[in-house]
Amino acid sequence: MGMTLAEKILARAAGRAAVKPDEIVVAEVDLAMSHENADLVRKSFAEIGVARVWDPSKIVIIFDHRIPAESEKTAATHKAVREFVAAQGIANFYDVGRGGICHQVLAERGHVKPGMVVVGTDSHTTTHGAFGAFATGIGATEMAGVWVEGRLWFKVPATIRIEVGGEFQPWISAKDLILYIIGKLGAAGADYRAVEFDGPAVRGMSRASRMVLTNLSMEMGAKVAFTPVDEIGPDADAVYERVLRIDLGRDIGEPQVACPHAVDNVKPLSAVGELEVHQCVLGSCTNGRLEDLQIAAGVVAGRTVHPRTRLIVIPASQAVYLDAMRAGYLETLMTAGAIINPPGCGPCVGVHQGILAAGEVCVSSTNRNFIGRMGSKDSSVYLASPAVVAATAIAGRLAHPQAVVEEALHA
Amino acid sequence: MPEGTLILRGRVAAVLGDNIDTDIIYPGRYLNITDRALTAGHLFELAYPEIRAHLQPGEIIVAGANFGCGSSREQAAAALKFAGAGAVVAGSFARIFYRNAINLGLPAVVAPEAAGLCRAGDEIEIDLASGSVRNLTRGSTVAAAALDPRAIELIEAGGLIPFLKRKYAA
Repeated sequence: MGMTLAEKILARAAGRAAVKPDEIVVAEVDLAMSHENADLVRKSFAEIGVARVWDPSKIVIIFDHRIPAESEKTAATHKAVREFVAAQGIANFYDVGRGGICHQVLAERGHVKPGMVVVGTDSHTTTHGAFGAFATGIGATEMAGVWVEGRLWFKVPATIRIEVGGEFQPWISAKDLILYIIGKLGAAGADYRAVEFDGPAVRGMSRASRMVLTNLSMEMGAKVAFTPVDEIGPDADAVYERVLRIDLGRDIGEPQVACPHAVDNVKPLSAVGELEVHQCVLGSCTNGRLEDLQIAAGVVAGRTVHPRTRLIVIPASQAVYLDAMRAGYLETLMTAGAIINPPGCGPCVGVHQGILAAGEVCVSSTNRNFIGRMGSKDSSVYLASPAVVAATAIAGRLAHPQAVVEEALHA
Repeated sequence: MPEGTLILRGRVAAVLGDNIDTDIIYPGRYLNITDRALTAGHLFELAYPEIRAHLQPGEIIVAGANFGCGSSREQAAAALKFAGAGAVVAGSFARIFYRNAINLGLPAVVAPEAAGLCRAGDEIEIDLASGSVRNLTRGSTVAAAALDPRAIELIEAGGLIPFLKRKYAA
């Protein structure tokens, strides 16, 4: 019997000929990534009492949640992690100004290879399935165990296969596709499952867009998510728990919006209704890449951010920042009235630059809209594509990019 | 509740709904607190501050499906444990929260019908090894998933840190 990609990778990493769903296997870890919460990991590691990490070359640490440090407390944790990294000889360390958002940096610096088992102390580690890796989030104490032993137990997940065909309609992107899927399956719809995306539409996407699919699969509970790579794939006779087929032309006619306070509370843009917006955020591990900045720059070019609204742009990494600067996107965005924040997680997790006040509404290209996620518990976050975020910033209210572009033409 | 106990008895502190996310359990703004004991002060701070205010040691949180969805933040499980929760019983758990709870020695019990069976203030008894939740106040019982032997080992040890500490003490 054939294996899905998740089964295939776990079988290899566990030294087994084959595995099947619900089995517990112990797999060797190829890559272990942490961000600032390496400070928690470091503390658990010290409590266990083992002197050296199992393999410093397989550990990557990337600061991103609060860079540069916004408080003395964070500065102290950064410092403690720097000292630990030096003492343990962890060469793959991306400090302030050297990296950016952990998932973007891990990807662009080539740390992830097809077939790897990757664990990260960040839930959006599922992103790396876009590179053919079995990549999943774990907690800090569990990571301390990985630092000691270099392996971890996993329950082999059943796999949901999602085949996507058809052509994207104008202004529709990977973000709209995955929000649509999350809306259909629900926040627990892929709990404990692997997700395999495939089909001509997925194969036609850029790597950056594929990363949007694998990244946000976490928001329906997925343990891992994959888009196709050349090096490794599922067997032709693999067994799936469920197969979904989506036709972009038939199913997704307009931009999708995840309304407060759940990522699966998804509506087509026109069904959300009139919404005055105070802040727009373009960034995050979901949608802070060059193609996202490019499309936003295209929407705002020659226009001005609405007086009611501020537009915060956060390139996902130093490299994205440089590329966007050289391509002129940042100049276009700034000329329109955007502020460019340093590469990192920014306000997505509510701890760094761009916090919302009570009563404020934000339309954001990020990944979560939970209560209080971006600031006050009485603020609201709507999740949407980079094009919708840019259009909304110009209109000052939730807006379809087509409407914003046409309005200016007629003005 | 002494660590290592496989039969837990306690009062239900609160019954919550589905999809209680980790931002509700422990707001992101406090992620730079890396002393586990200090996380307890921010449990449910934004959405349900009253639970934290009234939680007594050994009391049990009961919830619907997908408890702990969202972030991998271990502080969500730590805040529950250090605020005194004896266990979390939920219809289902998001996977990272579940592993975090067990790794910190906080029993996380899957019982799909528990939220419908329990009200705040009820006295319940959980058998982790065989898998059942008895509501002593109402005289009813619902099935729970028996804890995996690996998880039982960790609960009995008091969590992954003491477990590995013992394993590598030489």
